[in-house]
Amino acid sequence: MVRRQSALRSLLGTHLPVLAIVAFALGPYIWMALTSLTPQEHLLQAGVALDPLNWTTANYERLVGRTDFPLNMVHSFIVAIGTVVLGLSLSVTAAYAFSRFRFPGRRVLMIKFLVINMFPVVLLILPLFVIMRRLGLIDTHAALIIANATVAIPFSVWMMTSYINSIPRSLDEAAMVDGCSRLGALRKVILPLILPGIIATGIYIFITSWNEYLYALTLGGRNVRTITVAIQTLIGEYQIEWGLLTAGGVLGAMPATLLFLLIQRRLISGLTQGAVKG
Amino acid sequence: MSSAARTAPLGRRRTRERVSAFPYLLLTPAVLVTLLIVFLPMAEAVYLSLHDYVVWRPADRTFVWFGNFVAALQDEVFWISFANTLLWIGITIPAQALLGLLTAILLNRDFFWRPVARALIIIPWALPSVVIALMWRWIYDANYGVLNDILFRLGILQSSFPWLADPDTALYAIILTLTWQGFPFFAVMILAGLQSIPRSYYEAAAIDGASTWQQFRNITLPGIAGVLGTAILLRTIWVANSIDVIYVMTGGGPGYATHTLPLYAFIEARSSLNFGYGSALAVIFTLMLTGLVLVYLSRINRTLD
Repeated sequence: MVRRQSALRSLLGTHLPVLAIVAFALGPYIWMALTSLTPQEHLLQAGVALDPLNWTTANYERLVGRTDFPLNMVHSFIVAIGTVVLGLSLSVTAAYAFSRFRFPGRRVLMIKFLVINMFPVVLLILPLFVIMRRLGLIDTHAALIIANATVAIPFSVWMMTSYINSIPRSLDEAAMVDGCSRLGALRKVILPLILPGIIATGIYIFITSWNEYLYALTLGGRNVRTITVAIQTLIGEYQIEWGLLTAGGVLGAMPATLLFLLIQRRLISGLTQGAVKG
Repeated sequence: MSSAARTAPLGRRRTRERVSAFPYLLLTPAVLVTLLIVFLPMAEAVYLSLHDYVVWRPADRTFVWFGNFVAALQDEVFWISFANTLLWIGITIPAQALLGLLTAILLNRDFFWRPVARALIIIPWALPSVVIALMWRWIYDANYGVLNDILFRLGILQSSFPWLADPDTALYAIILTLTWQGFPFFAVMILAGLQSIPRSYYEAAAIDGASTWQQFRNITLPGIAGVLGTAILLRTIWVANSIDVIYVMTGGGPGYATHTLPLYAFIEARSSLNFGYGSALAVIFTLMLTGLVLVYLSRINRTLD
């Protein structure tokens, strides 16, 4: 009797509310996916097809076959990888310095990196456009990589610092006693240990660059058209073709979503560590 | 002799300098690049804001002192955007925080599919904002949208309603979208805070006869206050800055109904190509945010050692 009561309580108090929140979180995405599988005529006459028998991949075939969508994905990929490489390579040594040394100006410099992420995009986007135009970089991958790096570098410095902080200093010292230089200790001891953290940070940078829209729209758009800009263009060109649009949405969101699920645990522990302490 | 006496301390100082220069050396690439790609453009933005500058007419760039700023304060659209920004932050953040708190409390319980639930709930966080804007436009669509369909079947609506085309509902419709996008962040942060509260506190309180509400008020809330404060600050800055979802969903319309300050600055530059005035708007908005940023920095400053 008591057990049945508690089972009912956990059903009403935990399982159903959690289910409702999961449904709220996933509902719009699932609705988009269902729409993308619905044939155009069905959509106009009977609405979104809930019966798998009516589903079709026609929207996806049209998207891949008749638009530049695959090419847009390549552009997005180049920009995202470029940002990952730039962001990670600059931040490893900086993070090591923040973690292992106490020096005048350390606090100011750390805050400098923190503050960058709080500047409004719109404050940077206008002057970046003017500067890129002056340098002749408008509509190149380099322009988008540089713009994305304004976010990626500071984020990466902070994440790496937190990961290196979690490695005991005695390991560097042991390596140096064994004849390693500082940089040798960083390369041979610290880097392998924080590799999972580096990968998680890199993947997160990849996701944010892949998802980025405003820089891609302003600094690129014609020759270098990333996936987010391409999706937005579909909205303009085919006002009512929701099947095609939602197919673009599903495909465009796929890489970032899968990667996010892959790293969510490690990423969240890195992100929340500082916040819980503070 | 005298030269030897002079070189000896100099040499020692030089080695000490080399040791203490090392961290700066490690930092140089990152600091230099961010100076070039962040702080230089920001200086340029301030410079632009003092000029009358329309992009495709570079010959006309004239220095106007604070003319753009004065013009902004007399601009009706500026004040509409300002009021919208306050509404935008004032509703979105509490809604995200409350829904996030509820989610975190539920996810802090033990049930067998908790890892799955937690992974699924954070999916909105990972989606590109363009895709988010797109799928919510589809939900709100006046003719085929599922929201109208549901409300019609429930008997709440008699005819279809254009949520994003009506100036009275457009901003609130986007606020719901932003709430949906941002609550997982709160949930994850608050959950981390909840998990740092020792279970023994609750056990002790239960033995002393504290009710669930008393436990929540006296153990849970103080336990997550720090995380919650940080999350609210971070998200306020982030939500205030975020313009991509609004831009794709309504472009600031109908009329000026969904203009926020940063969006107005962006539209002014993008559509009117008026970079001088747009930069001035961006600078004003940044100054408004500075207070919040300073509060956040003073909180973080304590944890930097």
